[in-house]
Amino acid sequence: MLGYIIRRILAVIPVMTIVAIFVFLLLRLSPGDPAAIIAGDMATPERLERIRESLGLTEPLHIQFVTWVGLLLQGDLGTSLISNTPVTTMIGQRLWPTINIAVLTIILSVLIAVPMGVIAAWRHRTWVDSAVMSFSVLGFSIPVFVIGYIFIKIFSIELRWLPVQGYAPPSQGLWPFLQRAILPCLTLATIYVALIARMTRASMLEVLGEDYVRTARAKGVKEKVVLFRHALRNAAVPIMTIIGTGFALLISGVVVTESVFNIPGIGRLTVDAILARDYPVIQGMILLTSFIYVFVNLIIDLSYTFIDPRIRY
Amino acid sequence: MAAAPQPMSAMQTVLGIFSLPRNLRVGIGPMIAAGVLFAIVLVTACAYLIVPHDPLAMNALQRLKGPSAEHWIGTDAYGRDLFSRVLVGGQVSLLIGIGAAIISVFIGLLIGLVAGFFRWADAIIMRIMDSLMAIPAILLAIALVALNGPSIWSVIFAITIPEIPRVVRLVRAVVLSAREEPYVEAAIAVGSSMPKILWGHLMPNTLAPLIVQGTYICASAILTEAILSFLGAGVSTEIPTWGNIMAEGRNYFQLMPSLIFWPGLMLSLCILSINLLGDTARDMLDPRLKKREV
Repeated sequence: MLGYIIRRILAVIPVMTIVAIFVFLLLRLSPGDPAAIIAGDMATPERLERIRESLGLTEPLHIQFVTWVGLLLQGDLGTSLISNTPVTTMIGQRLWPTINIAVLTIILSVLIAVPMGVIAAWRHRTWVDSAVMSFSVLGFSIPVFVIGYIFIKIFSIELRWLPVQGYAPPSQGLWPFLQRAILPCLTLATIYVALIARMTRASMLEVLGEDYVRTARAKGVKEKVVLFRHALRNAAVPIMTIIGTGFALLISGVVVTESVFNIPGIGRLTVDAILARDYPVIQGMILLTSFIYVFVNLIIDLSYTFIDPRIRY
Repeated sequence: MAAAPQPMSAMQTVLGIFSLPRNLRVGIGPMIAAGVLFAIVLVTACAYLIVPHDPLAMNALQRLKGPSAEHWIGTDAYGRDLFSRVLVGGQVSLLIGIGAAIISVFIGLLIGLVAGFFRWADAIIMRIMDSLMAIPAILLAIALVALNGPSIWSVIFAITIPEIPRVVRLVRAVVLSAREEPYVEAAIAVGSSMPKILWGHLMPNTLAPLIVQGTYICASAILTEAILSFLGAGVSTEIPTWGNIMAEGRNYFQLMPSLIFWPGLMLSLCILSINLLGDTARDMLDPRLKKREV
């Protein structure tokens, strides 16, 4: 068991190394002079030179790589070309709104999606099942920002229940935070709910046909207990896996949702960086989000043995 | 889905060109989806024959006007006809979707065949693919467009790269199981050339799942194009695409929600139809999945 955990943690190293190599080469292998691309058409020679220097583009490739990785390992993601602040500082200042929104979204999604999937599987081939599946296909088919604008139109502009945009940290009181966070969270949750509900339904359908479910029902266990304790626990592993892989969707969604709702998080930071061609910030965000994705999936992989005692390594 | 036999409709005849077994009947949902998709593709493909106005012609006097006899669903912030723009915008969006699907399926197929067949290549290729999958698709695409410029090809390329690992995984899994089949072992035993085994014997096994995967990639590529444009990292704003029209509509959302609503509706209908057809194709091409109702 301990051996497995160590091996699984060590397996993160090659993946993150290749991600780092990839991100490194992305800038260097792009056609044309990367400094000129970043600086845009109106750049002065001085600015080009400054960009080249700050990205370390003047050295030979292998030396650039060693220097770059060396700085990375010390937690240095470079310096913004626009504000001249270290990228890590910029991300640090904007991290909390995103974490708050993301955590709330995950909790909300699981609370909505898992019961939805369970009920769809339980009432297989009825209108409930069709409704859940239709919602699920619909959730995949509408762009995140369109969902966001539809919510703003309905709840903020027409009904005037909630503020249109903005963000308040939870430290200023829970209600102002929730008031502004609920629409972004629902927006982000739509696609995540679609994904998790679909997987829960599929996984539950498989389990509900098993002998032990029939036995449990035959000996008079309450249907609710059969579904949520006997069946759901055995169906949990694929659901956990999809929550992990769906995390990538959540990250992409955060970038879009934060700019729809004007939330000062790292997603908004990324969009501003795109518009300003601030490449070090984009690069830092790619590295950070990849790392978070790999880390979340590592935790989920390791948690399998706790959810399902049959899994032994 | 459909239990009772239905008379052959035009749509079933159209679907018939894929030479599906006759006992696999198509339900009403997929038929509607096919109809909607066909209509959208037809209308956007012939957009320049239909449109009442030049989609690029600006008119300062007609800015942000509501629906009228002249402009059926209104005008945008530059006084351009929204109806014409939505139709023409579909061309580039669909082109990007189809282009990204074909290219990522083709490249993924080649890499997946190699990874599935040659053990020495498998470990290296799959490590690289795992790493590529760890990078959030949108962020990778943003970086690629930022570095390669806002051309249509650069956007297709940017959407294709993050999709390739998913295709590779699929192809590799199919090849790994097909490789153990007697006919493949026989082909190796009689000394068939390696390209012949890969392309002639193993590749056909991957076609059915790849068609399904291709439809999903097409749908997700159209979505990604819209998101990239929305974030300001898409096709150059001079070219109307569904994403670009919505991105421009952002600033006027409170005033004119239809700038986001109409292109959003077309795009969502289009993606919904493609996804539904993908699900149908999956159920038809893999009866085992249908039985398990996954």
